[in-house]
Amino acid sequence: MTEYQELTGKFFINGDVACAEGAISAGCRFFAGYPITPATEVAERMSTRLPQVGGIYIQMEDELASMNAVLGASWAGVKAMTATSGPGFSLMMENVGLGVMLETPCVLVNIQRAGPSTGLPTLVGQQDMMQARWGSHGSYEIIALAPISPQDIFDLTITAFDLSEKYRIPVLIMSDEVVGHMSEKVVIPHVAPESLLNRRRPEVPPGEYLPYKTDVGLVPPMAVAGEGYRFHVTGLTHDERGYPVMTADAQDRLIRRLVDKIRLNRDDIIKYKETQVEDADIIVCAYGITTRIAQFAVKMARDEGIRAGLLQLITVWPFAEERVRELSLQTKAFVVPEINYGQIVLEVERCAGGKARTILVPHMGGGVHSPETILEAIRETAQ
Amino acid sequence: MKLWRKPFDYAEKATTSGQVFIDEERCKGCGYCVEFCPREVLKMSTELSPKGYNLAVVQDESKCLACGFCEVICPEFAIRISTTNEK
Amino acid sequence: MIDAMNVEEPSIEKYLRQDRLPHIWCSGCGIGPVAGCFLRAIDREEIDPDRIAVVSGIGCTGRVAGYVKLDSFHTTHGRAIPFATGLILANPELNVVVFSGDGDLVAIGGNHLIHAARRNIDMTVICVNNFNYGMTGGQVGPTAPLEARTTTTPYGNFEFPFNLPYLVSASGASYVARWTVLHIRQLEKAIAEAMTKPGFSFIEVIAPCPVVYGRMNKEPKGLDSMYYYQEKSVIRNGADPKDADLELNGPIVVGKFVDVQRPTLWDHLREVSSRAQEKAKARAKV
Repeated sequence: MTEYQELTGKFFINGDVACAEGAISAGCRFFAGYPITPATEVAERMSTRLPQVGGIYIQMEDELASMNAVLGASWAGVKAMTATSGPGFSLMMENVGLGVMLETPCVLVNIQRAGPSTGLPTLVGQQDMMQARWGSHGSYEIIALAPISPQDIFDLTITAFDLSEKYRIPVLIMSDEVVGHMSEKVVIPHVAPESLLNRRRPEVPPGEYLPYKTDVGLVPPMAVAGEGYRFHVTGLTHDERGYPVMTADAQDRLIRRLVDKIRLNRDDIIKYKETQVEDADIIVCAYGITTRIAQFAVKMARDEGIRAGLLQLITVWPFAEERVRELSLQTKAFVVPEINYGQIVLEVERCAGGKARTILVPHMGGGVHSPETILEAIRETAQ
Repeated sequence: MKLWRKPFDYAEKATTSGQVFIDEERCKGCGYCVEFCPREVLKMSTELSPKGYNLAVVQDESKCLACGFCEVICPEFAIRISTTNEK
Repeated sequence: MIDAMNVEEPSIEKYLRQDRLPHIWCSGCGIGPVAGCFLRAIDREEIDPDRIAVVSGIGCTGRVAGYVKLDSFHTTHGRAIPFATGLILANPELNVVVFSGDGDLVAIGGNHLIHAARRNIDMTVICVNNFNYGMTGGQVGPTAPLEARTTTTPYGNFEFPFNLPYLVSASGASYVARWTVLHIRQLEKAIAEAMTKPGFSFIEVIAPCPVVYGRMNKEPKGLDSMYYYQEKSVIRNGADPKDADLELNGPIVVGKFVDVQRPTLWDHLREVSSRAQEKAKARAKV
């Protein structure tokens, strides 16, 4: 691999390009993808940039192949990413499960469009949020981040790689068409390689290495192919040796650890941002592009004398349960605008547990809310 | 039908003989080794193993020329041949 | 005079996860000998075992990855080749071998197979073809001959099968061979050749599946299939793969069909990457 050629400075680029640049800064050196609107620009940028920095870009024959190639590359020791949108996200789901089961660090970007099916390929949606959480079969936990701007997607892509390496799990960037296609100023800083997180490597000699034996914490060290560890990994339920074990006991041990390594570390993983929630009667809970419209709506409501606040979910999954529970005790209602007919609102409602009302402000997709729509919902709730 | 003859230089050349080791834990009694042994070194046992298979057993090791076919055709990695040179 | 010698036969024990044996395959299953050939081929060509990665999909043959003491990956159904593509592209020093069955590689994973051959990516694919889905109890596969009985073609198979050597050679593979499990020496040699050959190598191995496929097609014992191979196999090295169709109880054309030198994916990728780096450097100087 050749020397990393840094690209720093101020740029006027769209979210897809910023995402690709974030990946390069995060040390990503492998991208496998398949063209799909509105995520294609991520792939295009990667196809230009990766060869320059000694990485590999490959366009696979479909999204099933893309996701698997990314997993394979990660097991060869390279940070790897793919990017897609709705239909491709559906195709990748089975192998997100494989990534979870093999504990493979990688990043999957979903520039969401409106569905179901082909839907509105060129227009915005936030409709895969529940699929991100539950899309692959089986019981598992996943990490998903929602950026609100090109700068944000750049920063969060680096965070995504760090989290995936730290917890050995596929990390999803649940962006959307507006963020992906919107051009804004993006500052690309110097990202020191030492500041990035990397998977822990085995410290024992090959003969003693067990691929899924944990020592510190719940995340085992990871060997990579070609180093002489001669390990076996399988999508079957397995033991510490990586060998398949077809028993309920083995399943219990494995699934608990896979889930707990995320659940017990949620304080480290979950990030959110609050504005004026201290005295708020109404808290708008938003993520992704909708956050930026909600910011307007909250300001307008405050101007009218309504005590409104904003809770922005940066990490959507795992969900900020504890914080929403706390807030439900001090606020009267949550207003949840999202570009779907009710997904994250279900989580908010569950965590509010009847202590605060939960009002959905849906948008079926193809556009974003107007600030007035959200303001109207705030007004109605305030009455 | 006899398809082979004794080579003319048989007396001068070293022939190899072999010892056949069969792992009874692994053998599932498919019979490939017995059937394809060119020297009829092996046979199927008449008794059943604990797992219910008729295992392959050595019948006449002195005939073995260590060609190794039984070892490579065995689906169970259960046969190993040890070779010795005879002058 | 007996002169005791060390065991010279390449023992494959060192490449087996002995703690996992006996394996799960049925008595008379053809997968074991193919796996054995693969392991002996490593010694035969003196390939560094630490550099080998074995990738399998799902199914009986997919379990090979779990029995070899090498870096081995048991992935999802049909996706062994794209997983292997990621491995080899991220680390070209690896010698990647995909070991899977006909259903996994050609039905659910068929698209990946032809695209890997098209790319002429440096990997070896060993396809154990037993004409059916053995793991799930013997359903019709993409290579099952016309009229074959399976649990889902109880009145006979009414679909045309794939001719795998023809499919893969037409897609651009550098090395294509077909052998039966009975042609064990040729098979070992073929795997050794394939593993050391640059570009995409494909070996189809016709294998007995006595317990499910054989039981329904008048070959209830592995030996029945072996007699069939012995009787009906025709070795035709260099034959045109399009003449290698398989029919129920028909002749089996075996041999090395394709062995050509073609630029591989790496050859072009390297060239294009260095071009990209030169361009970037030139721009940085300005």
